[in-house]
Amino acid sequence: MEPLLAIVIGVLFSTAIYLMMQRNLVRIVIGVIILSNAVNLLIFTMGRLTRASAPLIPFGEKVPLEAIANPLPQALVLTAIVIGFGLFAFALVLTYRTYKEIGTLDVDELREAETPYENPSDKKDGKAVKEG
Amino acid sequence: MDHLLTLPVLIPLLTGAIAFLFYKNGTVQRWIGLAGTVALLIASILLLVDVWSNGIQAEQFGNWPAPFGISFVADLLSSIMITISGVMGFVVAVYAVADIDKTREKFGFYPLYHILLMGINGTFLTGDIFNMYVWFEVMLISSFVLLALGNAKAQLDGAVKYVIINLVGSAIFLMGIGFVYGLTGTLNMAELSVRLNEVDNAGLVTTVSMFFMISFGIKAAVFPLFFWLPASYHTPPVAVSAIFAGMLTKVGVYTLIRAFTLLFTQEVAYTHHIILWISGLTMLIGVLGAAAQSEVRRILSFHIISQIGYMIMGLALYTPLALIGSVFYIVHHIIVKTNLFLVGGLARKLTGSYELKKMGGLYRYYPWLGVLFLIPAFSLAGFPPLSGFWAKFTLIYAALEIESYWIAGVALLVGLLTLYSMTKIWMAAFWTPLPGYENDTTGAGFNKIGPRDMFLLVTPIVILATLTIIIGLFPEPFYELSLKAAEELLDPTNYINAVLGK
Repeated sequence: MEPLLAIVIGVLFSTAIYLMMQRNLVRIVIGVIILSNAVNLLIFTMGRLTRASAPLIPFGEKVPLEAIANPLPQALVLTAIVIGFGLFAFALVLTYRTYKEIGTLDVDELREAETPYENPSDKKDGKAVKEG
Repeated sequence: MDHLLTLPVLIPLLTGAIAFLFYKNGTVQRWIGLAGTVALLIASILLLVDVWSNGIQAEQFGNWPAPFGISFVADLLSSIMITISGVMGFVVAVYAVADIDKTREKFGFYPLYHILLMGINGTFLTGDIFNMYVWFEVMLISSFVLLALGNAKAQLDGAVKYVIINLVGSAIFLMGIGFVYGLTGTLNMAELSVRLNEVDNAGLVTTVSMFFMISFGIKAAVFPLFFWLPASYHTPPVAVSAIFAGMLTKVGVYTLIRAFTLLFTQEVAYTHHIILWISGLTMLIGVLGAAAQSEVRRILSFHIISQIGYMIMGLALYTPLALIGSVFYIVHHIIVKTNLFLVGGLARKLTGSYELKKMGGLYRYYPWLGVLFLIPAFSLAGFPPLSGFWAKFTLIYAALEIESYWIAGVALLVGLLTLYSMTKIWMAAFWTPLPGYENDTTGAGFNKIGPRDMFLLVTPIVILATLTIIIGLFPEPFYELSLKAAEELLDPTNYINAVLGK
């Protein structure tokens, strides 16, 4: 089971990183959510996968009688999913507002907060023309 | 008192919630906000006094004994950070009353501000690595909204970059937590400190530590991971910039120090050597970036980066003296940097611009503002007898002591270049006449600020400048405090015993 999940996690990571390398902001945001899901799966796998029984302790006992599945990673993943969901919702709204206000989703054109600069490719062209 | 440890988290939570109830009434929100920050300041000072006299304090939630439940721990470093965040929370809240406009107030500036403080304090206090992630997210989500609040184009652009890089950083942090849990089966930091040393494959632990280094490095804005900071910190109103500049990156530095003194000390020669290189490059690149800028807040943003380098340098050298320097530097830097942002904001209100080219004449008509700028500016560059001198002196002395000459050289050079940037602001904003009003002698080119607003804007600056001078003239008690904090960091036995109750 572990090798299979390891491959799934790997695929998710590479998909996420591929998407985050794109110029379109929506793709980057989707990449981020896939990344956080890959991490959730990773935590789940790190808690050791077992087919043991549910982590319930009989009434009156202090310790479980038989081997039980580890409940902690599931609690962690649950927390991480909730947080990730909230952040994803915020990132989507932010993307939408950005598109509304600035009118582009191309991250190379998002330069409202940067100092204005001369496009280096223009400069090169200018030089090339001069030399020619 | 038993529950002193939870107060720095509970007070901002309550204040934020109450402020939220008075959503429509700005005046009530302001008073609640001020009262909340005063209460927070008092609670944090009480905590510091308690930890100073009684040693490390720990509290277990839900009465679950230590490695199973979530613990809050306050050692000296934590309580110093809590106290300084209490001071910053108060002064910036005062400044915000005059600085934050009605629209932002209406959209919930005050509740968010207090939730941000809650997240910061939670990160400082928690003794559980997953809980630390949760506090990080509390802090991040409120900082996201504060950054974007107001919907200006530049703010949205800055917020997009800030949000994406921080989400990636959090994912990497979470990955590190997953691996650490898989290796040791615990999340309690005190327990981890013991168990990580017992892992057979030390190389694996060091590899995992890199996840933490990268993710905390993103939050702290160290060398290859800093570019989100100058892209976003100058966009929101100056009160928001100031609390971000003062506290947020320092949370990253705090977690770096915590992780690489308590958890990952297996291969110090390797990990701390990497940190040393990062610190040198961070200092240098930050200060060079600042030299190329011509907008006050962008210059100051780049200086945050270069100053982070100094704090990390103390951690990297990993000697008692160096860690003393680090702790001292953090305290000094938070005060000075917040103050510079506040002065910059006031200068902008008077001259109407952050662009150096459009500013000027401040010294002629507001000489006291010139003095108030020079105190933090010279302190940042490390002039005696201000706080920055002692901080830099300790760090450089520590570097020379273990014959790390190149890093000492870089630190000295960066101090000099810092002075260059500060004099650039001084020349352009204070010395040269205001553009367009060269022959004017009445000061007509400046915006008028009412006496109430002026009082609210100047008081925080005066308080912080006074603190800078006090630390500069009487460094002894602060040095003592840093000394004890550094001792606790280098020998985590007390920390572990306080948490695990042995």
